[in-house]
Amino acid sequence: MSLKIVVLAKQVPDTRNVGKDAMKEDGTINRAALPAIFNPEDLNALEQALRLKEQHPGSTVTLLTMGPPRAAEIIREGMFRGADGGIVLTDRAFAGADTLATSYALSCAVRKIAQYDIIIGGRQAIDGDTAQVGPQIAEKLGLPQVTYAEEILSIVDGKATIKRRLERGVETVTCPIPLVVTVNGSADECRPRNARLIQKYKYAKSPSEKAECECTRLYDERDYLNIAEWSVNDVDADLNQVGMAGSPTKVKTVENVVFQAKESKRLDGTDAEIDELIQELIANHTIG
Amino acid sequence: MNNLIVYCEIEDGIIADVSLELLTKGRTLANQLNCQLEALVIGSHLDGVEKQLYPYGVDIVYTADDSRLYPYTSLPHTAIVCGLFREITPQVCLMGATSIGRDLGPRVSSTLHSGLTADCTSLEIGPHEDKKAGKTYENLLYQIRPAFGGNIVATIVNPDCRPQMATVREGVMKKEIYDEAYQGKVVKLDVGKYVQDTDFVVEIIDRQMEKSKANIKGAPIVVAGGYGMGSKEGFDMLFDLAAVLGGEVGASRAAVDAGYCEHERQIGQTGVTVRPKLYIACGISGQIQHIAGMQESSIIISINNDANAPINTIADYVITGNVEDVIPKLIKYYKKNSK
Repeated sequence: MSLKIVVLAKQVPDTRNVGKDAMKEDGTINRAALPAIFNPEDLNALEQALRLKEQHPGSTVTLLTMGPPRAAEIIREGMFRGADGGIVLTDRAFAGADTLATSYALSCAVRKIAQYDIIIGGRQAIDGDTAQVGPQIAEKLGLPQVTYAEEILSIVDGKATIKRRLERGVETVTCPIPLVVTVNGSADECRPRNARLIQKYKYAKSPSEKAECECTRLYDERDYLNIAEWSVNDVDADLNQVGMAGSPTKVKTVENVVFQAKESKRLDGTDAEIDELIQELIANHTIG
Repeated sequence: MNNLIVYCEIEDGIIADVSLELLTKGRTLANQLNCQLEALVIGSHLDGVEKQLYPYGVDIVYTADDSRLYPYTSLPHTAIVCGLFREITPQVCLMGATSIGRDLGPRVSSTLHSGLTADCTSLEIGPHEDKKAGKTYENLLYQIRPAFGGNIVATIVNPDCRPQMATVREGVMKKEIYDEAYQGKVVKLDVGKYVQDTDFVVEIIDRQMEKSKANIKGAPIVVAGGYGMGSKEGFDMLFDLAAVLGGEVGASRAAVDAGYCEHERQIGQTGVTVRPKLYIACGISGQIQHIAGMQESSIIISINNDANAPINTIADYVITGNVEDVIPKLIKYYKKNSK
């Protein structure tokens, strides 16, 4: 049986390289100031989706992301690795959303996609580390969820068998489809870009990107190069439930933390110094 | 009504440490809020479980006891939590930031449309003013967490939605008995009232739980390595030093991400919080997200070839040098002096 697979992905600021202009005054992230990458665990999720596609001929993998128009970059990235296409959910009305408002908007987009057998996303994104959006989308769609997945072992007779990796062990569960799965970083890495797919999809563009070039004919002839872009109206979302307005949590303050500096003893690591240090630590019973 | 409730995890009849830590914190917050402290335990064979909870100052223990409720699955636990919360309308709900709490919390927050803050490192009570709306609030829960890779700390509030929900990782709060003789009461929930058969769609067909190999949370001495250790082999030296001193090995997120060390040894905001007598940081630069997980160590030694590594500012001893030179010397002089 072929499957309609939706992969939830997020373009995230590379939090390993954060500059001082990374935060705006209102406490939200200034994404424009940072390098943007495909959220690592979403790539693990994509790999699981691509394997299902291979095991179930005729299946399709559709990427869904929410963000600014430039998030089309990760849709293309996913297509280079084997996804069939994707949708960028983008609208100024979504700005400033917390996890609940985000999951509401994404769930509206999934409803518009309408046909889906399994929705797979990364466990969490590296810019927030919350792990909330997957379960919240599941709840909003009235679907069961399997979080912390390490491997989707099979989907047979409408039932998925999934291995989960928890803090202190592993669990194998079954769950009827449709369902939402979130995938751990401990799952297999995503396959690399495929040269043939890069050739095929390198001109894939969203409407915002196409607006900058004069090449409408190409996109009329080759529909697979069209990356969809949906607004708040396209997904029939309630404006009161998206963006800042739809977010129950508010950022009260944001601080750069400065830790209380101690007066440190400075050593250069000579034998005499280390000998003395060890004697001191033994004398004050820090080490036995 | 409008109390503070902790969702308590239970494994093999024992309440999880993280839940007891949250009850300890919850008791302090409840005293500030002048409300009662409640606990919710969902599982099977729960008779007598309240005895584990009362000493932490719990006033009401809700139990939902049914053989189908253990081990944890998402939908029935969500149904019970949400059903109960609609009746008792707690103002605050705390959960462990575990694979259970992080599965359940978002599902509950979505059902109840309440705000949830993940992985808080500090919880406080305070006022809030919304200047735009011209509204002021008293006694809100300040949910304080590092964000953005640990580079900033944000204080989050949920002004209008209840309960105000937060998850906290194991080891972040301290576990402390409130009163050995404390007495609360038990309220047994009618499971059938909250849960439907269709909630049991997820079936656990195999479950292998291991005892954690490393006990870095309770170790008196922690030898931690960072990206500066250079390789998995570099970590062997740390295991040698830890074995000699009678400690455990920990690691920074960068070292774990690079594959030098397993995740269960990760110290910091996305790992374990430790408070050992002695913390030896080897080749760790000191990202805030790491420091948040070890700054309460009694004595901190930093070994780094960068004299200006951020971690040095909180270290008691800063040894500027290469880890591969300094660590063997520590082992050598420990052996010499401990005899």
